[in-house]
Amino acid sequence: MNADAPMPRSSTSASALEQAEPVLVAEGLEKSFFGVTVLRDVGLTLRPGEVHGLVGENGAGKSTFMKILAGVYERDAGTITLGGQEVSFHHPVEAARAGLATVFQEFNLLPERTVAQNVFLGREPRKGGFVDRKAMVRSTRALLDELGIEGVDPDAPVRTLTVAEQQIVEIVKALSVDARVIQMDEPTAALADHEVELLYAIVRRLQERGVAILYVSHRLKEIFDLCDTITVLKDGALVSTGPASELDTDELVRRMVGRPISAYFPDAEEGTEVGEPRLELRGVGNGYVDGIDLELRAGEIVGVAGLQGSGRTELVEGVFGVVPFTRGEMLLDGKPVRMTSPRQAVKAGVALITEDRKAQGLALNQSVADNALLVIRSVFARRTTAVRRELPGVLSSLEVASRGVDQEVQYLSGGNQQKVVLAKWLATNPRVVLLDEPTRGIDVGAKVAVYKLMRRLAKEGVAILMISSELPEVIGMSDRIIVMHDGRASAELPARSDEATILSAATGTLRVGGEEAL
Amino acid sequence: MSTTTTPAPTPARRGRRRLDASLIVGIALIGVIVIGAILVASVGRNFFSAGNIRDILTGMSVLGFVAIGQTFVILCASLDLSVPYVVSLSSLIAADLMAGNPANIPIAVLAVLAFAVIVGLANGLIVSKLRVNGFIATLGTGLIIKGYLDTNYKGTSGLVPPEFQYIGATGVGPVPISTIIMLAVAVVAAFYLARTRTGNHMFAVGGNEQVARLSGIRTARPLIVAHVLCSVTAALAGLLLASRLGVGSPTVGTQGGYDLLSIAAVVLGGTLLMGGRGSIWGTIGGVAIFAVVDNVMSVMQVNPFLKDVVRGIVIVAAVAVYTARVTERRRPRFTASGATDASGGGIARGEGPGGGNAGVGTTAVERSQEEQS
Repeated sequence: MNADAPMPRSSTSASALEQAEPVLVAEGLEKSFFGVTVLRDVGLTLRPGEVHGLVGENGAGKSTFMKILAGVYERDAGTITLGGQEVSFHHPVEAARAGLATVFQEFNLLPERTVAQNVFLGREPRKGGFVDRKAMVRSTRALLDELGIEGVDPDAPVRTLTVAEQQIVEIVKALSVDARVIQMDEPTAALADHEVELLYAIVRRLQERGVAILYVSHRLKEIFDLCDTITVLKDGALVSTGPASELDTDELVRRMVGRPISAYFPDAEEGTEVGEPRLELRGVGNGYVDGIDLELRAGEIVGVAGLQGSGRTELVEGVFGVVPFTRGEMLLDGKPVRMTSPRQAVKAGVALITEDRKAQGLALNQSVADNALLVIRSVFARRTTAVRRELPGVLSSLEVASRGVDQEVQYLSGGNQQKVVLAKWLATNPRVVLLDEPTRGIDVGAKVAVYKLMRRLAKEGVAILMISSELPEVIGMSDRIIVMHDGRASAELPARSDEATILSAATGTLRVGGEEAL
Repeated sequence: MSTTTTPAPTPARRGRRRLDASLIVGIALIGVIVIGAILVASVGRNFFSAGNIRDILTGMSVLGFVAIGQTFVILCASLDLSVPYVVSLSSLIAADLMAGNPANIPIAVLAVLAFAVIVGLANGLIVSKLRVNGFIATLGTGLIIKGYLDTNYKGTSGLVPPEFQYIGATGVGPVPISTIIMLAVAVVAAFYLARTRTGNHMFAVGGNEQVARLSGIRTARPLIVAHVLCSVTAALAGLLLASRLGVGSPTVGTQGGYDLLSIAAVVLGGTLLMGGRGSIWGTIGGVAIFAVVDNVMSVMQVNPFLKDVVRGIVIVAAVAVYTARVTERRRPRFTASGATDASGGGIARGEGPGGGNAGVGTTAVERSQEEQS
């Protein structure tokens, strides 16, 4: 990097940024998957020292855009110019070596190796043909110092670090290739509040060094805190690009959302009545959640929002006896229970649709029938024959598109696989249904089918707890919304709460009782 | 853990940092030696006599060679079941080519090593390029060698000249030459793992192949090298056995049970069977534990059945201990009483296999793309 050129400061005015030579220009990027266009004529310009916010709803195409820049996906059309040269990357490493590094949402770290070994993985410095461990540790420490990080030992195995520290290792990894552009995909998604501050400091340090940063985040507060420029995407197309100073939260949200979200969420079925409490939690906690109070009534759908790592999954795992609660009291239909195993939960009429369908929900190389009968066979063996007889009817009522009950589920689409999971649990006649990301990775048609099924179950008096990362879904389906933050319920919000309120509760800026801290 | 010059980890961190696996092996080895010495003393013998030490070290050397090689392969998350047949055929090639003539020793050794490299290359290529699971791939190549052995050899064959037998028969004080060579190979192997890129990349490929690939590592290379090194150390074991027996034997490898025993020694030494973590010195510790246990039982004239029972218990107990150490993948945020964990409240990664990384951020559309691609 040029030493005598003055480095842009974080306080750089928009006009100064305009003058700097762009380091990255993307123009007219297009991408479609299987005939579905996910990115249409999107472009942006990054200048040295600029923090450029990229925002948009789920499905707006932010991740696709980043992955094209990083060389994970190939673009269908458009050009990318890095440092004045047109480039086309086929691999993230290729992009990183050219100076465009990406910090992906999923960590790419080896837990058993040390920080230094991870930072230099694949390009270990050598001296006399052998890996120069001292140089590796020295360089890593220098990079950490440069970012003002204390307390991360380059010799510590990554598994001993906190999530925030692991995030730092990812950033150091990006820095170690001397990146001129760093893309960060939801870098704070898994961080606690005090850890977010640290990330802020790092981003500002990078900015001072003249690194251009493309910053993707859902937390609008962060976008306004950090970014000089904001680009808004919606449905795969560019809505606007402009200085952050010209926008406020309301305007930004309006540009991101821009359409009514209620469109495809069915209303509650007629005659749905909220009845007796089915599930009550009184100050329950395990290793991952604490002090949770919850009342879930028959006929109710309660949404659980929160960031990844906030303890949402661990809450339902507690109810289901996977990670039993060690504190507090849990009541099913008014009777206290100690749920210590999933088998006990199934017998008690609880069903858990797990978030990772392929790993935890299905035996992929077994048939539709084997999967649908799995729980019945193992827990209610006597009912197997009867359920098997009804199975074709159940599957067709769920509109499962398969070649028959003998087809292996691995050949079904994501949506149909999810319906098989649902069929499996419906067979147990559950009274409490816990859904963890029930519409993850399935198409819109299947989503609507899942929503309708939830409404139907509610009408039949089933109590439903639904975890979702998609706020429109939480808002569109829930009678009440519990928001998790750092293992605790940070807020209980009424139906139709707005995204901003939920997000601020999820990020800990809104506390129980609704005292707004923003 | 060595002392570090960097800022001391917070007390909470230090509490989390578990004992290093090779340290546990060392402690276990000392424990076994102490118990063994007491047991041996109870029948009026001296565990630490020069003769007994020599017996133990001699018992270590052959398995040591094989287990060093197996460590490379297991670190890469593969396995090598062909080692006993490589051991046998190596002993035969050596003895046949030497044919009692010391002048033939160099050519015989070179031929054995060449044979091992070919087998190792075959194993490595099958595993990395044809993507056949290591267990099956090496079972296949092992069977091929076994077929050759069964049809071409009816019993021992060849003759090893006294000059070469010397290696297996002498020592420096109570330490046999063969053990010294084995330990020298271990030093080189440990150095190779720590200080070469390929060695480093073995941990990466075994730990998480996807991460290795995304970091720009050509993942086939470490895997192939590991398999070649494994066959070569098995061949060294074959040479040593030929030197001891004076002839080549088609059954010496299978009788020694070097395939499963070497895997057991590696796992006993703290290397994860699923790859990515482990060390050569842990393996040597594992081999030593087996050697001491065997020695104590033969000194005490324990019956052969009980011997195998004890071996079996040792293996299972060791793995159970290690598994208990790695089972908890998520770090709890709260203690049992509900207090917040002092270490910062982060939740360890890995909410579940393959999932759990999507926050409010990832979209269904994007996720389905990822799943499809």
